[in-house]
Amino acid sequence: MTGIFLTMNYKPSAADAFASVEYIMRDVEWGWLIRYMHSTGASFFFIVVYLHMFRAMLYGSYKKPRELIWLIGMLIFLVLMAEAFAGYLLPWGQMSYWGAQVIISLFGAIPWVGDALVEIIRGDYSISDITLNRFFALHVILLPLALIGLVFVHIVALHEVGSNNPDGIDIKDHKDETGKPIDGVAFHPYHTSKDLVGIIVFLMIFSSVVFFAPDMGGYFLEHANFEPANLTATPEHIAPVWYFTPFYAILRAVPDKLWGFILFGLSVLLPIFLPWLDRSRVRSIRYRGWIYKTALTVFTITFLVLGWLGTMPAEGLYVLMARIFSVIYFAFFLLMPYYSAIDKTKPVPDRVVYHG
Amino acid sequence: MDKFTKKTGLTVLITLFWASLGLAAGGGGAHMEPADIDPDNIASLQRGARNFMNYCSGCHSAQYVRYNTIGKDLELSEEQLIDNLMFNAEKTFETIQTAMPADDAARWYGTTPPDMSLMARAKGADYVYNFLKGFYVSEESPTGVDNLMLEGTSMPHVLWELQGYQEAHFEHHENEDGSVTTTFDGFEQMAAGAMDAEAYDEFVRDTVNFLAYISEPIRSDRRKLGVWVLMYLIFFFILASMLKKQIWKDVK
Repeated sequence: MTGIFLTMNYKPSAADAFASVEYIMRDVEWGWLIRYMHSTGASFFFIVVYLHMFRAMLYGSYKKPRELIWLIGMLIFLVLMAEAFAGYLLPWGQMSYWGAQVIISLFGAIPWVGDALVEIIRGDYSISDITLNRFFALHVILLPLALIGLVFVHIVALHEVGSNNPDGIDIKDHKDETGKPIDGVAFHPYHTSKDLVGIIVFLMIFSSVVFFAPDMGGYFLEHANFEPANLTATPEHIAPVWYFTPFYAILRAVPDKLWGFILFGLSVLLPIFLPWLDRSRVRSIRYRGWIYKTALTVFTITFLVLGWLGTMPAEGLYVLMARIFSVIYFAFFLLMPYYSAIDKTKPVPDRVVYHG
Repeated sequence: MDKFTKKTGLTVLITLFWASLGLAAGGGGAHMEPADIDPDNIASLQRGARNFMNYCSGCHSAQYVRYNTIGKDLELSEEQLIDNLMFNAEKTFETIQTAMPADDAARWYGTTPPDMSLMARAKGADYVYNFLKGFYVSEESPTGVDNLMLEGTSMPHVLWELQGYQEAHFEHHENEDGSVTTTFDGFEQMAAGAMDAEAYDEFVRDTVNFLAYISEPIRSDRRKLGVWVLMYLIFFFILASMLKKQIWKDVK
């Protein structure tokens, strides 16, 4: 929504893009608010998605019969990453330009087709006006359409099997005489009223950022991106925006370019296989044993530490830390078929348990 | 939510918050003095605007900044604006351009002086503050000075009449592997300027305050509006919580 108003005043050209963003920030009435809502919205989209994925891992929501929902969800995540990446080039600041330079050149590591692929993505021999224009097209038309379509399918697939719950129980196993699940409640007014509270809380946090800390200390809007793209001066250290940094840390932890790219790709793609990696008999963390609880806690910490490392320069101790945590990251997924199967589980009750 | 989820969720949030603070505090070079600017101090901003137009705008443009925006935000009348700040502009809606042609500048200094519209936001107010205080005499530099914040800078010490000249002391330590680490060990005043150290600090602080202001002129408006938005949301939060409690009363 905010994007529509931005595109009214934005010029997708290397010569004018940076100035047109500043024009929006300074001269367009309320332009600053729309722009901050757009930039903060991007970060919050990722916060919400990461929390949503984390909850799915807590309660085993990806497990049978909801594998398809998880798959579509992961596809949404991938498209969202592409959408954010394309959008980040558009202000044409230093970090826009050099961040894109680094990430796009990664594809050059692929043997045989790498260089050709990079040229196709850029549409040029380096990142230029042409790249900016095609990223603009992807950002405002193709990827948003794909996102909306996928979210729709995500919800349709959810309707087919119903939502999970923190107990990880199939509430449709127990129905009353009219065929309604005993442990379910109607979406309206119960969930609408509860979600209204949630939405307001979200808006409170969101507005706090928009009005009081739109840069978020350089996390949401990077300082270097307030300088226009300069093709002859590389910034001191190039870091992507925070939502890519866990994967970026893994990429940099590997000394070899091709292997770095492979592991980077794997780290993004591995969660797709969760429904099959997880061999536990129960869904929810409530009835799992200590092994999975520990594993998930360690994984959460690992993910956050990797995210932090991705924002730091790759030198000295940071490199070593990135390597150790990358190994833990992969171990969480690759060893899961083993430890989730031997983990002791508690018996799952038939009905949803009511907690205080 | 059960206890485990709540605890984990809380830990995640706290960690994120802590991490963001860590990043905000980090970054930037060593031993920077805090600029300690007060963006709500209009008098300081007005002095900063005067300083900028007198000492900086000869070489540095602020191409996204319009005079009338400054006039409105700094509570200046149109006459005050035209008489005191607009040296090379005709109309108040014009942006701050420098009189120096870019290619001449590049020939004289080796590089075009950067635009100042967003400098304080890109580098941080502390950086600019320390940069303006960081000029020291150097034999090797064609301008006679170097800068602690930006080694080999092409910028001459424009404010020397005010600050005077200072010498920088460095300590050299030889490491075990034979490499040499150089650490900065304080300035020493060589020639006095028109201002004493304290007055010069204030002068630079006002100027940096102004630069921070032009890097985001809407800052103070957005914060004022933010208070209202949050108050409105808190009010609605209370209403919605009461409604939810009422509706969920009969679910056990």
